[in-house]
Amino acid sequence: MNRYYWIVGAFAGLVALLAVGLNLNPRDVPSPLVGKPAPAFTLNQLAEPEKTLSPKDMQGKVWLLNVWASWCVSCRQEHPVLVEFSKTAGVPLVGLNYKEVRGDGEFDMGKMPAAEEKKLAFQRASQWLGQHGNPYTLTVMDLDGRVGIDYGVYGVPETYVIDKAGVIRMKHTGPISPDVLGQKIMPLLAELNK
Amino acid sequence: MKRLLILVFALFMGSTAIAVDSATEAAMAADPVAEKRLQGLSEELRCLVCQNQTIADSNAELAQDLRREIRSMIKDGKSDSQIIDFMVVRYGDFVLYRPPVKGITLLLWGGPVALLIFGLLALRSYLKRRALRVAEQDRPLTADETRRADALLKEIDQ
Repeated sequence: MNRYYWIVGAFAGLVALLAVGLNLNPRDVPSPLVGKPAPAFTLNQLAEPEKTLSPKDMQGKVWLLNVWASWCVSCRQEHPVLVEFSKTAGVPLVGLNYKEVRGDGEFDMGKMPAAEEKKLAFQRASQWLGQHGNPYTLTVMDLDGRVGIDYGVYGVPETYVIDKAGVIRMKHTGPISPDVLGQKIMPLLAELNK
Repeated sequence: MKRLLILVFALFMGSTAIAVDSATEAAMAADPVAEKRLQGLSEELRCLVCQNQTIADSNAELAQDLRREIRSMIKDGKSDSQIIDFMVVRYGDFVLYRPPVKGITLLLWGGPVALLIFGLLALRSYLKRRALRVAEQDRPLTADETRRADALLKEIDQ
């Protein structure tokens, strides 16, 4: 009988391995950008299109960068959490609108002139924020998704915590739940703001 | 009904295949060498949206963007390893279909080999023990056993 023990043991080991492995979120890919300086960009602001914003303008502040788009369904899920957060946050929350028009899939981009895309994107983004509330200190527009690529964006919404020195300290992929906000983001913000 | 479904499916597959082809065909005609490099590179890179497809296979938005990005880097004269690095810096090792051999991927690379060696050793020890057991049993019958066998045979004959 003894010789069956190791078979049972091996099976238990396999079950344990699978139990852990299958409970991991395959979408939660660790970002190589954590611990690195936030990639530079210069993008137009949504509210004042003649103004731009760069990460270096935020130097000296702990801030959040939240990637969103009006076509993104999960963004709608996290939006109330962000709106609530922004009321008491005390840190700037910058919105990065990601491929507002061309990410939608509803438009034939081959036929749309750049000027029209820009106009439509600003219009759609403002309208969406008007409808759902605006938690953002300001929003910048990444029309073609190039900045998104630099930030390794692959599934909107994504959120980055950036420290006073401009280094990315955390990345969260997917909608922010009150749990993630309370247990991960808030403590980190408090620590970084010390 | 079944036939109709198959037809619809075939039509659908056909139309998506054509859509992909017309996009790449134009680029292909313009610069076949670059396009070939793009093809080779994008087969090495994982599309993070549909995680089990390469950038070459996937028609997801992000895969299209990354193909466009690779195309422009090829045009700028970047080397293959520079392009791969560009992707790794942004998306991590996960973007590589062939992960690099290092500390945390040791189990991934060495695991199957270790399992194979373990299996072979287990098989060898089992065969050895089995051979011993067989040898033990493989001896002429004792007088008593012969007598019992004869008695049984006789019983059957009757």
